[in-house]
Amino acid sequence: MTATAEMRRALELVTRVRGVRGAMLVSGDDGLVVAEHLMEGLKGPAVAALAASLAGRLGRAMEAAGAGPSVFWHLQASDGALLVVPTASGMLVVAVAEADVNVGLVRLELLRAAEALG
Amino acid sequence: MADDIKALSAQLAQDPDSLVFLRLGELLRRKGQLDAAHRVALTGLERHPHLADAHDLYARILADKRDYERAFDAWDTALRIAPDHVGALKGLAFLYFKVGDVEQAAAHLEAAQRLAPDDAGIAQALALARGAPPPAAGRPEPLATPVPPAPPAPPAPPAPPAPPAAGPPPAARPLEEAQVFAGLEGADEGLLLVDGRGRVLGGALRDAAARPVTDAVAAYLAGVSHEATRTAKLLALGTWTGLAAEGARGHVYLAPPTDDTLLLVVRDRAVPMGRLAIVAQRAAAAARRWLERER
Repeated sequence: MTATAEMRRALELVTRVRGVRGAMLVSGDDGLVVAEHLMEGLKGPAVAALAASLAGRLGRAMEAAGAGPSVFWHLQASDGALLVVPTASGMLVVAVAEADVNVGLVRLELLRAAEALG
Repeated sequence: MADDIKALSAQLAQDPDSLVFLRLGELLRRKGQLDAAHRVALTGLERHPHLADAHDLYARILADKRDYERAFDAWDTALRIAPDHVGALKGLAFLYFKVGDVEQAAAHLEAAQRLAPDDAGIAQALALARGAPPPAAGRPEPLATPVPPAPPAPPAPPAPPAPPAAGPPPAARPLEEAQVFAGLEGADEGLLLVDGRGRVLGGALRDAAARPVTDAVAAYLAGVSHEATRTAKLLALGTWTGLAAEGARGHVYLAPPTDDTLLLVVRDRAVPMGRLAIVAQRAAAAARRWLERER
């Protein structure tokens, strides 16, 4: 399987969780889309840029608080959620979901994807 | 008392399923041997998870250890098992006093009084809650030195301290009552309230090496809050209500108690994220009450 196909496969598994509207792989440094699997209406570049920016700011706060680098984070909002797992290589695996999504399940799929994608 | 502890320990060793752990745990607690009491209560709870008295005992030990969050959960569990459990009602009343929720404290005390109308301790605490002057003997002792129970009857939790609402004006309040997170676990090392510009309003943070990191973290938080608001808005996610993050060395939870403030809770990795969310909700409620009083 090619690297691109592998990425798509990993993201597809994330989107199979009920309530997930899309998943993508984002470059943590510049917030650019590397691969995506999104439902119609979701703007990939915007999701990527915002997720990377928030990840950077949150990461600095967590390091300052002594919590160490983030392993998983979850922005909860009234109408939806953003869930993110950083990979070992500095990428972000991102999922956009409904507010009532099974967070535990999405977390597991994101961690699996991050492991597969390195 | 030492002989009693020895005898009860022997009895429990002979019959580990017996309820003697309730008396033994309480004796150890009263003697200040909190770690031993904690072990006895936990072992008892494992064998008798549906026994309200076991949860009540566990809660009193936790409260003596100043682990008020877990004490709250344990008394809450006791009350779910036995809604008429006077000890749990009094214990929860005490904790509500600790966080300044006088209405809830009084409601729990009233419920306890209906069940135990002859309990002078409840009447005394209720009088304090309603703003009556303390009795001649002075204020009731806090939970750390409760009224000793008379086993095997359910032990009597302490009467609550004087409620903040009935106390002196803010300027004259004791320091602890004037603090945002007074009475909450981690108030001085794992809870922080900042305004929209990263200025500390209350609480404090320390890292794993116990170094103060309050100011550094506060400076970063305003940026996180703005970015969370922007992200939720631009992605049509609505209003952000919380940001939970697992770190390699600890867990954090961010929540906006009001539009212009931000709360941060930091705990070690042993604390599950779901529990952290509950802690954050309680801390956010305390922060809102404090902000209302201060404004």
